Amino acid sequence: MSEMTFVQAINAGLRQELDRDPDVFMMGEDIAHYGGMFRVTEGLMETYGEKRILDTPISESGFVGMALGAALAGKRPVAEVMFIDFTLVAMDQFHNQIAKTHYMSGGRVKVPLTVITQGGGYKGAAAQHSQMLEALFLQVPGIKVVCPSNPADAKGLVAAAIRDDNPVLFIEHKQLLGVKGEVPDGEHVVPLGKANVVSLGTDISIFSYSYCVTLVQQALEGSGVSGEVIDLRTLNPLDWDAISASVKRTHRALIVHESHARCGVGVDLASQIQERLFDELDAPVTVCAAADVPIPFAKSLEDIVLPTPERIRAAIKKVVHG
Amino acid sequence: MPQAEDFYRQMVRLRAVENELTKLSQAGQLRGSLHLCQGQEAVPAGACAALRQDDYLTCTYRGHGYVLAKGLDLDLVIREILGKATGLCHGKGGKMHLFDQEFGLLGTNGIVGGGVGTAVGAALASWLDGKDQVAMTVFGDGTINQGHVNECFNMAALYKLPVIFLCENNLYAEMTPLERSHGNTDLCARVASFGIKTDKCDGNDPFLVYETVSRAVERARKSEGPTFIEALTYRTTGHYQADAGTAYRTAEEVAIWRDKSPIAKLEKVLGKAAEPIAAEEEERVALAVQSALKEPDPDLSAALTEVFA
Repeated sequence: MSEMTFVQAINAGLRQELDRDPDVFMMGEDIAHYGGMFRVTEGLMETYGEKRILDTPISESGFVGMALGAALAGKRPVAEVMFIDFTLVAMDQFHNQIAKTHYMSGGRVKVPLTVITQGGGYKGAAAQHSQMLEALFLQVPGIKVVCPSNPADAKGLVAAAIRDDNPVLFIEHKQLLGVKGEVPDGEHVVPLGKANVVSLGTDISIFSYSYCVTLVQQALEGSGVSGEVIDLRTLNPLDWDAISASVKRTHRALIVHESHARCGVGVDLASQIQERLFDELDAPVTVCAAADVPIPFAKSLEDIVLPTPERIRAAIKKVVHG
Repeated sequence: MPQAEDFYRQMVRLRAVENELTKLSQAGQLRGSLHLCQGQEAVPAGACAALRQDDYLTCTYRGHGYVLAKGLDLDLVIREILGKATGLCHGKGGKMHLFDQEFGLLGTNGIVGGGVGTAVGAALASWLDGKDQVAMTVFGDGTINQGHVNECFNMAALYKLPVIFLCENNLYAEMTPLERSHGNTDLCARVASFGIKTDKCDGNDPFLVYETVSRAVERARKSEGPTFIEALTYRTTGHYQADAGTAYRTAEEVAIWRDKSPIAKLEKVLGKAAEPIAAEEEERVALAVQSALKEPDPDLSAALTEVFA
């Protein structure tokens, strides 16, 4: 094990896969000569050359679409979209092309393609640079969605994403990029679709992912509540077995995420839990998420729109004590 | 070098397929939209003859001519268009979503310009690995106004990728004429500004299309970069089955272009040799349709599979 930041862990995961498979290559804005806006690709061009680590123009739709073509031609492209907000520029490619190609072809062709990006707020980056848009990619079948919460998972999940024969969107959180943690040395792969039980508890199951896992842990500290924290890690595929097992243990469920509440992961899970586990529940399944407004710029406003440990603690108490 | 007989055979096969599909559509036996390319048959016939089987291809919802000319199995394609379990994509794609990597076909497409990035990306793969495979993407004049396509023009030029942008300029973007949708109707000039070599040809002459595309393929194979080709042609039928094609253009204009039909022109060249070829293709296509109609529909369980590999 070595201590490293989240960014260094992803870099290590990318190096692991670039070393392992000559068909893996990367493309994106400022990833090669500059080393990446958030240093995720630092030093990669020096090691692997400027073709395998390819700088692209500011053309998200173009290079995401090209990643699809390269994947169909036998490569394993890893495209970086600098901010998840910019994926919206490439939505035809994500939704109409990439997500559907395997299905439309009747399984004839595979799309081994990874897009890494970062999202999230709490930085005063305002409405067009602070979003978590994972739900937009879950609405359309055919894209796997990964939201790591710590450096070790970041390394292992980025490796699994690249090895997967399907399109995978790998979402970093900007609040986690500098966070340090112990990361396994050598080959490390965390399978997609396996949730992580962060802590066992008896009072309530709290399902979360990405940076909110940290906020949930902070909310539980000193709360007197025995919370079972489940880090979902990947949202598609979803680890229903882990969700179900935990609800059956605690009989109360809270879902915490940073993206907007409406039509999001929380209400989706709440619906599935009440439909499939109704008799297990002792309290209404509750969602703690961003308010349904664009992310505001001023800190005072951003703090009341996004989940905070205080808001999460209030939600926990409501579910546990009614 | 393909001969007149070869081009003629490709074109009458395509025409026969369209005639059969039109009959089915009118009889309510064909689901979805039917986008015909009557009058434009020389472009796929000429262009695909310039490609190898392992060269990559993407095209539009009007791309079935390219699919057939690229060498895909007629029966598999017809069965797919009819939504059959034994179709090319097991009935899940339909005419607008045909794929076959064995023939380099990386998709026909329902989105205008949606497959251009795919072709440029396949060219990128070839460039990364130092292979001599090229990619061709086919689209209409209207596609040049899509942002995605302009991003792709730029990156193809930037990396000098082995890709051929083949534009079928049929003078109408769906129902809107060129001069009402382009600030500058000189398509080659617009694309040349990206640093892409451009070329033009009579799209109703399969020999000229073949020669022009062959030059572009040779440049691409020699790592000399992309070429944009404007093939001037005309769709004598409507945009799709519900469009008669008469509301936005005059009968005189359509008649003039009907006289320029590449099939009629080659018939004059071939004389008596044409008839048996046409008869053979019509029979072959009619048989393919008849036998496809008897194929089974997809098993219902197939609806929920193959979302992920």
